[in-house]
Amino acid sequence: MLQAVTSANPGSGDEPWVGRSIERVEDAALLSGRGRFIDDLGVQPGSLHATILRSPHAHADILSIDVEAAKRWPGVAAVLTGSDVKAVTTSLVVGVKAPVECWPIAMDRVRYVGEPVAVVVATDRACAEDAAELINVDYRPRGAVVDPLGAISTGAPVLHDGFPGNLASDRAFRYGDPDTAFADAPHRFSIDIRYPRNSCTPIETYGVIASHDAGEDAYEVLANFQGPFSIHTVIARALKVPGNRLRLRTPPDSGGSFGVKQGVFPYIVLIAAAARITGRPVKWIEDRLEHLTASVSATNRATTLAAAVAADGKILALDWDQVEDCGAHLRAPEPATLYRMHGNLTGAYDIHNVKIRNRVVVTNKTPTGLNRGFGGPQVYFALERLVQRIAIGLGLDPLDVIKRNLIDAGAFPYRTATGALLDSGNYQEAVALAVEQGRLAALRAKRDEARAQGRLYGIGFTAVVEPSVSNMGYITTVLTAAERRKAGPKNGAQATATVGLDPVGSVTVHVASVPQGQGHRTVLAQVVADVFGLHLKDIRVNTEIDTAKDAWSIASGNYASRFAAAVAGTAKIAAERVAGRLARIAASQLNVEATDIVFARGFVASRHNPENRIAFSRVAALSHWSPGSLPDDAGQTIRETVFWTPPELTPPDEDDRINSSLCHGFIFDFCGVEIDPTTLETRIDRYVTMHDCGTILHPGMVNGQIRGGFTQALGAALLEEYAYAEDGSFLTGTLADYLLPTTTEVPEPEIFHMETPSPFTPLGAKGVGEGNCMSTPVCLANAVADALGVADVTLPLVPARLAGLVRGAEPPPPAGGATAAPARGGDRRLRGEGQASVKGAPEQVWAMLLEPATLQSVIPGCQRVDKITDTHFRADVTLGVGPVSGRYRADVELFDLDPPRAVRLRGGATGALGFGNAEGRITLAPDGNGGTKLTYSYDAAVGGKVASIGGRLLDGATRVIIGQFFTALARKAGGGSAESGGFSLFAVLAKLASLFGGRR
Amino acid sequence: MTRLKADQRHSVRFTLNGRPVEGEAEPRMLLSDFLRHQLGATGTHVGCEHGVCGACTIVVDGMLTRSCLTLAAQVDGCELKTVEGLAPSADRLGVLQQAFRRNHALQCGFCTAGILMSLDHYLATHPAPTEADIRDLLSGHICRCTGYTPIIQAALEAAAQLASSTKETSDA
Repeated sequence: MLQAVTSANPGSGDEPWVGRSIERVEDAALLSGRGRFIDDLGVQPGSLHATILRSPHAHADILSIDVEAAKRWPGVAAVLTGSDVKAVTTSLVVGVKAPVECWPIAMDRVRYVGEPVAVVVATDRACAEDAAELINVDYRPRGAVVDPLGAISTGAPVLHDGFPGNLASDRAFRYGDPDTAFADAPHRFSIDIRYPRNSCTPIETYGVIASHDAGEDAYEVLANFQGPFSIHTVIARALKVPGNRLRLRTPPDSGGSFGVKQGVFPYIVLIAAAARITGRPVKWIEDRLEHLTASVSATNRATTLAAAVAADGKILALDWDQVEDCGAHLRAPEPATLYRMHGNLTGAYDIHNVKIRNRVVVTNKTPTGLNRGFGGPQVYFALERLVQRIAIGLGLDPLDVIKRNLIDAGAFPYRTATGALLDSGNYQEAVALAVEQGRLAALRAKRDEARAQGRLYGIGFTAVVEPSVSNMGYITTVLTAAERRKAGPKNGAQATATVGLDPVGSVTVHVASVPQGQGHRTVLAQVVADVFGLHLKDIRVNTEIDTAKDAWSIASGNYASRFAAAVAGTAKIAAERVAGRLARIAASQLNVEATDIVFARGFVASRHNPENRIAFSRVAALSHWSPGSLPDDAGQTIRETVFWTPPELTPPDEDDRINSSLCHGFIFDFCGVEIDPTTLETRIDRYVTMHDCGTILHPGMVNGQIRGGFTQALGAALLEEYAYAEDGSFLTGTLADYLLPTTTEVPEPEIFHMETPSPFTPLGAKGVGEGNCMSTPVCLANAVADALGVADVTLPLVPARLAGLVRGAEPPPPAGGATAAPARGGDRRLRGEGQASVKGAPEQVWAMLLEPATLQSVIPGCQRVDKITDTHFRADVTLGVGPVSGRYRADVELFDLDPPRAVRLRGGATGALGFGNAEGRITLAPDGNGGTKLTYSYDAAVGGKVASIGGRLLDGATRVIIGQFFTALARKAGGGSAESGGFSLFAVLAKLASLFGGRR
Repeated sequence: MTRLKADQRHSVRFTLNGRPVEGEAEPRMLLSDFLRHQLGATGTHVGCEHGVCGACTIVVDGMLTRSCLTLAAQVDGCELKTVEGLAPSADRLGVLQQAFRRNHALQCGFCTAGILMSLDHYLATHPAPTEADIRDLLSGHICRCTGYTPIIQAALEAAAQLASSTKETSDA
């Protein structure tokens, strides 16, 4: 057994690196444009580039896909559809046992807007996109369902036959004696929650570069994947190769992830399949529209939570009913979002009786995955809203109800009813410190004063436990105990770190932690420099991963806030093992006992006689240059790899108790918000957040994580929602529709710390990165509910929603309005009416409107108009705005013809950027000056990309197109000028469908 | 005005960070793609390609410009400055860059280039900005990691430092 080694001694002026906010080693490159993100790296000559054609429909059968024209396009190497991909892969594994398949590309049916339908591989990206526009897909739409409760209601469209009633899993749990507790309790409170869909949206999108070696049937993939590397097994299986034939690497830098880049893995399978089929390396970089529409998001959830409560506010039992919406496919590792919090369903509270029903449902929305907070926001929104309701119901202060229920400081380690082992903490002290340092009394006085003036001011509170370092076995809680026995045990969380010394004694550290900006290289250098008594610059850290060469396991990666608690501690253990051997070597050289050895200031020295010393690099190099001179029991000091898994992470027990995470930080937040009585905009006046994340390794980075999480949570609370129309159209496909917080919305939170080291981790650290994503949305919601005096609030707290709460539903607009109604929210219809005058008698104009040659010359971008019958026209149109253009095929039929007075039109247009359907009516009348007065009205609906990105702009765009059409018509009719609008169904549909198409 | 043929590549020449560069581009090629993939100036990043996130911001002829909303052909003959041109030398950082590092004003670093360009451009003509000024300026940039406050702090520190060094120079 090697003894512990003394680190540099602060008393001697060698202050430890750990605990200091030193500058990051990562920053110089990032600040001068020398970062190495995936799209910054070159590719092998001859590499191909992929683009993905995606479904415009939320639910439809694919009747046919015509790829011939695309295949013939110059530069195109291959066009892959579902059957091509199926020929070289197998289905991705599904998270529950059910006869259901999950492919990275649609087979014969699409189930969400944005689902891949074809992959075009060509010499460059623009060429691939040109060719993708030539693919004709014939869809037969099905009914779609986007609401989780709607999905499990009778008669809802079924997505997968293997999930009857759209139900993928239905489990009930019981801990303690909840029924008796509810029966005996004097009070019962209940709350219904709809938690919306959102995403932490990294600013860098997904990227994959894949190649295939046909000789060995082996894949090599570079992707900005973030882990967990349990997904490596899913990818290898889908590609039908053993794990050693899937070499997965990550680039040196990654532009944020927040969980989201776990979701790149279906695209790894897809692009790897394309590489195999083409025999060439293939690169794919996701664009922003693809990312927002079809990458991944947090789950939305419908929750009913009830509590049995004593008269003093003590919670005696909880009854959870959670309906989790995982989107169209149950992709690995889902339904993990639901089960990650299973051990923590009692939050920071001492509650012994819990009843749970967990249902997992599928809907016609993008499949879900990892997202910062991962299950926490959904759980704490219900729990902490309920705590506020209990306080109001009992006439108590919400803070008193929190304090009444907090786990006692003497109870740690504390086993929750559902199985989590809370490692350490002193929640009462943390609350007391926050109340004092955060000046709660002053905030309350401010609220009183504001209210006295009639202002809308509210205070919210939240207490949460922040789990970190996930137990790889928690997801098996979705199985019954019998199913788990059959499947074999799953548990633990292997962290790994390697410390190596080279022939000149310089130190290299490698970990499989895959950071996306969290500064892991800096913190690891701090940890290892302390062990060896070296300067920070003497340590070089590499955090790239290469599964063919590096130490890794299924738990590797950057998720569940595992770095500080698990990975950094493992690096410390590895360094200490090397240092222990170095100490033996140095002891033999210095003629002292190994216990007398100390590492400081670049030397290995005798503690009692510091002059008796030897340079670190000299001792470190000995294993390379003179292994024969090492003491027999020292072993080598060249390289040490440590795997560390905490024994506390056991599998679920027979009674479904699961210690879902290793560490549990504590957060107590309170805030004051003021709501503008006119605009109903919520302004955060003060936000106080108290954290106990155990030992702090780098205060600057910890606060950076808190601020970043807070900001993302602020967005989730006040701005963001992945919005879907009832038919499944995705409505927030740009960053102008999906609003992220900017400098003008984000205040500085007041951050306070308390350190209760975790007894379960090598450095005493706990995770800290996700906590505010759990605590802040509900804290703000509690404050808004307090300000408005309302019982129910739903996120995001946008002014329009608050207006509904405060003022009731908006009255219908006054009749007789002549403007087009813009497409907003769930209503994607465009309606409008207007008038215009043209020179020429009604008979002449009538003839022009029915003449293909005339129409071809006046419709903007029209290539040809075919008259199929006298009343059926077909047009091919290419339209563009700036660099964005698209081709459309429009079919229009005329009916109720009343020449030359009136006609009704009905038609549709389809193209790469979307589809539309419209109905309109035109009437013609003499204007008294020899010309014609046209009156028109239309009612159109659009879907696909146009609905995702153009919702805000369609109304104005419609008027522009109408103007363009009419100017041309007037010119054709013999001069004259356009007064206002004209009307062309072709042009309207085609132009609408071509706008703002997100092409590169 | 020169008419460019849509299906042909055209020569594009401009000055990038003080050095002449040239390459060929189709008329539809975005400046951001031209910088990154034709010239290898990958410090300018692309986050949204519709002008909202600000990651691709550069300076063209003294004007802040979204390179994702600009065609390469449009900058023929112009002077461009990108993040690669900010540091005084390869192994040193400028005042603003140092302030970012000191204040932990970046995490993943993907949005940083655009923010640095906006600030570098602004501070050159606004030596004494207030916090509100900086917040207003940077409202056109999205950062998903930092929560912005350290960026604001870094900008204010850099402004103060730049102003005092200018003063010293003029005093001398």
